[in-house]
Amino acid sequence: MIESVARPASLRRGRPRFNLGRLARAGVYGTLLVAAVFYIIPIYLLFMTGMKTFAEAANQSLMWELPRAASFDSFAEAWRTISPNFINSFKIAVPAAIISSMIGSLNGYILAKWRFRGSETLFTLILFGMFIPYQSILIPLLKVESAFGLYNTILGLVIIHIIYGIPITTLIFRNYYVGIPEELVEASKIDGAGFGGIYRRILLPLSIPGFVVVLIWQFTSAWNDFLFAVTLTGQDNWPITVAVNNLAGSFSVAWNVQMAGALIAALPTLLVYILLGKYFMRGLLAGSLKG
Amino acid sequence: MRGLTRDRVVSIALLVPAVVAVAVFVYGMIGWTTWVSFSKANDLSFDMSLNGLANYQSVFGNARFQLDLRNTVVFTLFFVVSSLAIGLLLANLLDRRIRAEAIFRSLFLFPLAISFIVTGVVWKWLLTPTAGINVLLGLPQQSNLWFTDPTVLKIGDSALIGIPIALFSLVIAAVWQMSGFVMALYLAALRGIPEELREAARVDGASELQLFRRIILPLLAPVTVTAIIILGHISLKIYDLQQAMTKQGPGFATDFPASYMWQTAFNDNQFAKGAAVGIVMLVLVATLIVPYLLWNRRQEAAR
Repeated sequence: MIESVARPASLRRGRPRFNLGRLARAGVYGTLLVAAVFYIIPIYLLFMTGMKTFAEAANQSLMWELPRAASFDSFAEAWRTISPNFINSFKIAVPAAIISSMIGSLNGYILAKWRFRGSETLFTLILFGMFIPYQSILIPLLKVESAFGLYNTILGLVIIHIIYGIPITTLIFRNYYVGIPEELVEASKIDGAGFGGIYRRILLPLSIPGFVVVLIWQFTSAWNDFLFAVTLTGQDNWPITVAVNNLAGSFSVAWNVQMAGALIAALPTLLVYILLGKYFMRGLLAGSLKG
Repeated sequence: MRGLTRDRVVSIALLVPAVVAVAVFVYGMIGWTTWVSFSKANDLSFDMSLNGLANYQSVFGNARFQLDLRNTVVFTLFFVVSSLAIGLLLANLLDRRIRAEAIFRSLFLFPLAISFIVTGVVWKWLLTPTAGINVLLGLPQQSNLWFTDPTVLKIGDSALIGIPIALFSLVIAAVWQMSGFVMALYLAALRGIPEELREAARVDGASELQLFRRIILPLLAPVTVTAIIILGHISLKIYDLQQAMTKQGPGFATDFPASYMWQTAFNDNQFAKGAAVGIVMLVLVATLIVPYLLWNRRQEAAR
């Protein structure tokens, strides 16, 4: 561990790590603050516009002014339209996330601890599925979903998210399990544990963080999916993304309602990020393969 | 422990369903789409008899698809370069023992939790000429048309080659969403560079700029490759953001292969042409991803 190595006294007594001048220091903070404003503005607009009354929102030249009084009419109005879709999204994302994580854990265990000739090649072939443009499989997918009576069903979307989630969930768990020392597995084998025993006694108890990462990742991607949903479901089974896109594309819907709808759509994954940001990041970084 | 034990059989058997699913739904369906792309299936009768290269010729000869390819190149270039630059800058600023670093980090990262649809809906309003940024900054709306701007900055004499101004609106929104990710990648890499290396360079009399250019930047190269791959493959597939924010734009200024594919296949029922576009997109992504996957595997094996 590099951090734990004590530095030579002469260096420790030397100048601080960055002896930036006052001016440079101000520049650093100034730039960071400007960036922070850039990232915050859209969220500010979402909240603020959502809380305006219809009369207030109508005047777009005053769109940056704070609402005169907090009104939740826009949220109520948006909720009336999109609440069924909000519920659909949960019905899609929750089972997809749970089942995906179980499959990913099993695959990851096998590919990390029960390697066989060609298993690394197989792993790479599976990973490729993570990057493909779904436009290259969408037409057959629609045919298959229709043939099995899964077109325009929640179940159809759940299955799709699970299948196309196999690469990333397998990747996260495999990389996670590779980090668990082989000695633990060998010791368990000597104690007479087999395939199931090693998983239950060694891997599973250490898997909680892996499960959290995968659950969050899969929940977020299923919740945020648009392409599969817009292609494979009709209005009654639309998840929130398709509904909000539709709301925003409609000229008859006031824009404060559009903003409120967008905020409602963003809220669950934002909450996950706020509460479990560390795990959220791990999933994200796992997407860059090395975990 | 080597031979074909019961456990080994169990382990392989349990891997089979997932492997079959990927084989069918990824590789099988890519094969199926490829077949469709060479077929006559351009109406609801879905005639799968082969038709040679006709669909590819038709698609590549289509003016809209040509613009889509140009837009993909322009968007990818500006989106990837801006995200890398902003991500690198923010990571470097945050790595200077900043007060409230965690707060800044969370602010730069939260857009990643949001769908491209929500991002698109918000940025559409931020960049609508009669509202948003123009009102905030007092910019004249006639000259700041953002994504409604039909102007294309021509490069040379070709009618095709140029930079559509409207694309920058999508670039801004996409950078807002993804630059935090690049920042996180770079910050993690910066934190992994041993302090001794910096100290040694300083002792040798290197200036902060020299230190950054000669030592830090080369060490960040693998992260840069990773970031380019991740951003690049997102960019080549861009769809949701464009649907929510701009649709095809004036004169297809913000149209992309993904939206062309969807319209061709699912609105016009020209499945074979849509499939051809899908396969072109796959080839584009694969030229980026396959070398990366192989490189990644070799690195793994070397460890």
